[in-house]
Amino acid sequence: MTRQEILNELKKVISPYTTNKEMLAQINEDTDLLKDLKINSANLVDIIIDAEAKYDIEIDYDEADKMMNVGSCIDVISEKIGQKQQ
Amino acid sequence: MGNRVVVTGMGVVSPNGIGIPAFLHAIQNGISGIKFMPHYRELNFSCQVAGMPDFKWKELTNYISEVTLHGLKGTNIAYGLMAALDAWKDSGMDYETDEPRWETGCVFGNSIADTEAMKNVINRVDNKEVKKLGSRVVEQAMNSGVTSYISGRLGFGNKVLTNSAACATGTQAILMGYEYIKHGYAKRMLVGSAEHVDTYVFGAFDSMRVLSRKFNDTPEKASRPMSATAGGFIPGSGAGALVLEDMDFALARGAKIYAEVLGGSTNSGGQRLGGTMTAASSAGVLRCINESLASSNINPNQIDLISGHLTATNADRQEIQNWCDALDRRGDNFPMTNSLKSMIGHSLSAAGSIETVASILQIVHGFVHPNINMDDPNPEITKLVSVDSLPVKMIKKEVNIVAKANFGFGDVNSCLILSKFN
Repeated sequence: MTRQEILNELKKVISPYTTNKEMLAQINEDTDLLKDLKINSANLVDIIIDAEAKYDIEIDYDEADKMMNVGSCIDVISEKIGQKQQ
Repeated sequence: MGNRVVVTGMGVVSPNGIGIPAFLHAIQNGISGIKFMPHYRELNFSCQVAGMPDFKWKELTNYISEVTLHGLKGTNIAYGLMAALDAWKDSGMDYETDEPRWETGCVFGNSIADTEAMKNVINRVDNKEVKKLGSRVVEQAMNSGVTSYISGRLGFGNKVLTNSAACATGTQAILMGYEYIKHGYAKRMLVGSAEHVDTYVFGAFDSMRVLSRKFNDTPEKASRPMSATAGGFIPGSGAGALVLEDMDFALARGAKIYAEVLGGSTNSGGQRLGGTMTAASSAGVLRCINESLASSNINPNQIDLISGHLTATNADRQEIQNWCDALDRRGDNFPMTNSLKSMIGHSLSAAGSIETVASILQIVHGFVHPNINMDDPNPEITKLVSVDSLPVKMIKKEVNIVAKANFGFGDVNSCLILSKFN
C-alpha cells in the first residue's frame, strides 16, 4: 500500500472519533490527532485497536505512543504491513 | 426553614411511553408497557414478560455527539441521558455551555451497570484479548457512569454524585437534590435515576421466585398490584429525570413551575424489628413517612394521593397497613392510592423517579391514574381501606398533595411530599 492509500483508509478509521469532519476531509501527514482533529486522548487507544483490526497487524504500546499525527500513524502502519508480508 | 424547591423540568423513558406527552397519554388511559420476551422463554425463565421501553439508539444522535454515541453500550446510561436531557430542555435551558455551570449539580442513581454489555468485556479478558477492550469500558462500568455522561454533556459544576439504594434509589436521588437546594449548596439540581434490567439481573430475581409467572400469555395483565391474583412483580426498565430549582432562582428567570417539593425523608429500618435484607420493617416505614410529613409541615389529612411502592407481591397488604398506621387514615378516610407498576412493572432504581414524574403530572393535570389489573382486589387490602380509594379507571380530580414512597432491599425507605405550586 502507498502512503496515500493508507492515509485514505486511515480517514475511515479516525472518523468515528472526531466531530470535525471538515478537517478530517483535508488531513495531511502533519495533521495532529489531538490538536487539529480534537480527538479525546483516551480515544487514541480505540483508533489503534480499530487500525489493528483493519490491517490485521499488532501495534505494541511503545509504537502506539508515537502515533500522534497522521504521518507517524502511517509510518507505524506501513512498517507493520511490511513486516507481515515478509 | 431553608429555600423552597420547585420542579421546572421533567423527562421520562418509560415502558409505556418515551417523553412526557406519550407518557401522560399512557398513564391517563391505563396503557400497559409490559411485553412478552421470547428470549426469556428460551432461557427457561418462569417470568417471560417485562417492561421494556420502545427505545431507539439512533435517536440519541439528537442528544449527544456521534463520537460519544460510538462505543456507548450501557443501556442504563442511554436511558438516563435521554430522560435527563429531555428534562433539561423542558426546563427551558440550552444544552450547550462553554463555562461550567457552577450553580447546577446532579444526583442520578442506578443499581448496576449493564451486565449484558459487560459480558463482552468478560469474554475478551477470558480470551486473553484485554488489549482490544478500548477506552470506553471503565466509564460505562463505573457506578457513576450515568451521572458522568449527563453532567459532562451539560457542564455541571456543582455537586455531582451517584446514589444507590435499590428500589428506593429514585426517590432518594430527588430528596438529595432537594436538600442541597433547600440548604443553599446549589441553585439547581438535575435529579433522577435509570435502570436497565438485563437478562442476568432479571434471571437473579426470577430465581428468587418473586416474579409474576402466571400471565406470560397475557403480558398486559401480568403486573397486578393489590389484586387477589397478584403473584409477584414484573421487572421494568427506563429512567425518570427532574430539574429542581431554588424557587426564587426559577422565578427570576421566568421558568415554568410544575410543582413544589415540600419535603421528604430517607431512612432504614436497620434490618431489625421484622426488617430484613428483603423485607421492610414497618417501624422504619412509619418513621420515614412521619418524618416526611413533619419536614413538609403538613398533616396526614392533607394528602390527596399516595403513589405507592406496591409491586404486586405479598408485601402490598403490609404496605397499605403501614400507610393506614402512619397517616391514621383507614376505611373510607383512606386517600386515593395508585401503583404505576400496574402499567410498567417495577423498574427497580428507576421506579421512584418515573413514579415521581407520574405524580407531578397528576398534580398538574388534575387526575388520578388507574390501577390497571385490580379488577379482583385483594380482600385482605379492602378490609383495611375502601375499594373506592383504589381506582381502576382514571379519575379527574384536583390533586394538591402527593406522598410518593419507595421501599427497597436492604430495608431502605424514601418518601417525598409533592405539592401543587402556590
